[in-house]
Amino acid sequence: MTVPSSSYKATAAPIAADTDAPARASLGELAQRHLSKLVVAPSFAAILVFVYGFILWTVYISFTNSRMLPSYDLVGAEAYEKLWRIDRWYVAIENLLIFGGLFIGVSLAIGIVLAVLLDQRIRGEGVLRTIYLYPMALSFIVTGTAWKWILNPTIGIQEFVRDLGFPDFTFDWIVQQDTAVYTLVIAAVWQSSGFVMALFLAALRGVDQEIIKAAYLDGASLPRIYWGIVLPSVRPVFMSAFVILAHLAVKSYDLVVALTGGGPGYASDLPATFMYEMTFRRNQIAIGSASAMMMLATVVAIIVPYLYSELKGGKRV
Amino acid sequence: MSSLTSALPPAEGMGPRVARWGLYLILLLFAAYYLLPLVVMVSTSFKSLDEIRTGSLLSLPRDISTDAWTYAWTRACIGADCRGMAPYFMNSLVIVVPAVIISTLFGALNGYALTKWRFRGANVIFAMILFGSFLPSQVMLLPMAQTLGFLGLAGSAAGLILVHVVYGLAFTTLFFRNYYVSIPDDLVKAATIDGAGFFQIFTKIMLPLSLPIMVVTIIWQFTQIWNDFLFGASFAAGGAQPVTVALNNLVNTTTGVKQYNVDMAAAMIAGLPTLVVYALAGKYFIRGLTAGSVKG
Repeated sequence: MTVPSSSYKATAAPIAADTDAPARASLGELAQRHLSKLVVAPSFAAILVFVYGFILWTVYISFTNSRMLPSYDLVGAEAYEKLWRIDRWYVAIENLLIFGGLFIGVSLAIGIVLAVLLDQRIRGEGVLRTIYLYPMALSFIVTGTAWKWILNPTIGIQEFVRDLGFPDFTFDWIVQQDTAVYTLVIAAVWQSSGFVMALFLAALRGVDQEIIKAAYLDGASLPRIYWGIVLPSVRPVFMSAFVILAHLAVKSYDLVVALTGGGPGYASDLPATFMYEMTFRRNQIAIGSASAMMMLATVVAIIVPYLYSELKGGKRV
Repeated sequence: MSSLTSALPPAEGMGPRVARWGLYLILLLFAAYYLLPLVVMVSTSFKSLDEIRTGSLLSLPRDISTDAWTYAWTRACIGADCRGMAPYFMNSLVIVVPAVIISTLFGALNGYALTKWRFRGANVIFAMILFGSFLPSQVMLLPMAQTLGFLGLAGSAAGLILVHVVYGLAFTTLFFRNYYVSIPDDLVKAATIDGAGFFQIFTKIMLPLSLPIMVVTIIWQFTQIWNDFLFGASFAAGGAQPVTVALNNLVNTTTGVKQYNVDMAAAMIAGLPTLVVYALAGKYFIRGLTAGSVKG
């Protein structure tokens, strides 16, 4: 799931308060105002319970000795201590760093390049854009079925290239312990880079035409205009795209399940699959909850500073 | 909200012809990369097992056979249940339709209340609703499973509908709120002077103006809920599983000869609804994706 950064823009730029006050005064029937609150109340209550309440619940569970069933006996930070002694958790964390770093870097690079290239009065731009973005509309469980087959050495690309007359060609990352995580990057980049392209393309179209015309008339070359003027002026989009991608990386779950199942062994586990495995399959609910809290902490560490800077003054694009 | 259709490239330099060709070549190569899995899926699903064994990854089917599709739809085994994908496809429909309608309706009402009838703390409430959607679902999975158990909804379609409605509220509220912010308050003010009430203004003035954002929201919710795997895998049991979970089980069933064509046909069946929606109304889906994240 993607959460466009829209959110902060919305909170950052509400209707000016002064248009609000007279509106309320003239509309100001008590009953009507309560009606408005009543309408929002069920949703707000649901979010309070199902999001914030559940988080507290998970926090609590993570400090208990829950195994197969949730127990409510507090035992301190035992689950966290155990968590940080499990080799599989370290594998998941290390994979997240490798996967996240490459996924974000490559998606940004491809997204920007495609946006700039598509911005050159391309014939058939609409069709190309549609093709670049369709992976976002499909579940990775669906497309993963194809990726699994493409990456499978005995029937996929490796076999295809060998049949072309290169019998020594090897591309078996998906079955190797130390490379399986890179196949996750290939598939994740495939899925999200089109989206990054769309973000940047929209931003490029918002850049002031006059400045660019002026630079062009001054004799600046096209690459120089992009590098020196256009890209710096869409800097906020880098930030949004980075946060969205980082957030996607931490939450990646379908991808791993569909592609490698965390394997071989648990070599391509990510925190999300680790958490699911511990909580629902291995009867280690407390440890699963502790790992979920680690994921939460990571996401909050990414989101909150970003939100803060957006709310502070980042209204300019 | 940014309309990507306003094609106004900033640069005017055309460059020499060769560069243009290079440009198109690169763009087409990328298109091939994005299309590859879809092409493999579609072409494999129409091949016979023999042809898969003898042919290559990228070859197109010689004789188009729909056997794999029929088999995947009616007879393929999902675990021990050999009724094909059809019942699970229906499960997904039963979950998606009410969940989309309910969450969209609540989103519209929330957006309306939060923009046109603002009360103290409205912004805080909106921020809290929204912030929740950023947090990883993993921190809510276990309590949710427990709660669904208490409510007697464990493993049922009703349970999943509830989950999708609740976790969809942030987006539907966001979409409608941002849309309604741009509708002049004077419109509402004038209507109240004429004596119209809260719900009357909503149904007579706001809803008729909401068609575009309604489409964006419905498509967004439909795609998200149809494609969900984590909630389905965590909360649905056996026969009530949605189509994505069934597909994953089917693909990972290892008894007998691996029928790749059936796997691919089943994957296409699970993916077709969102793919069709994207093909028909991709513009609105993209608008949902980029909603507000870039000013333009």
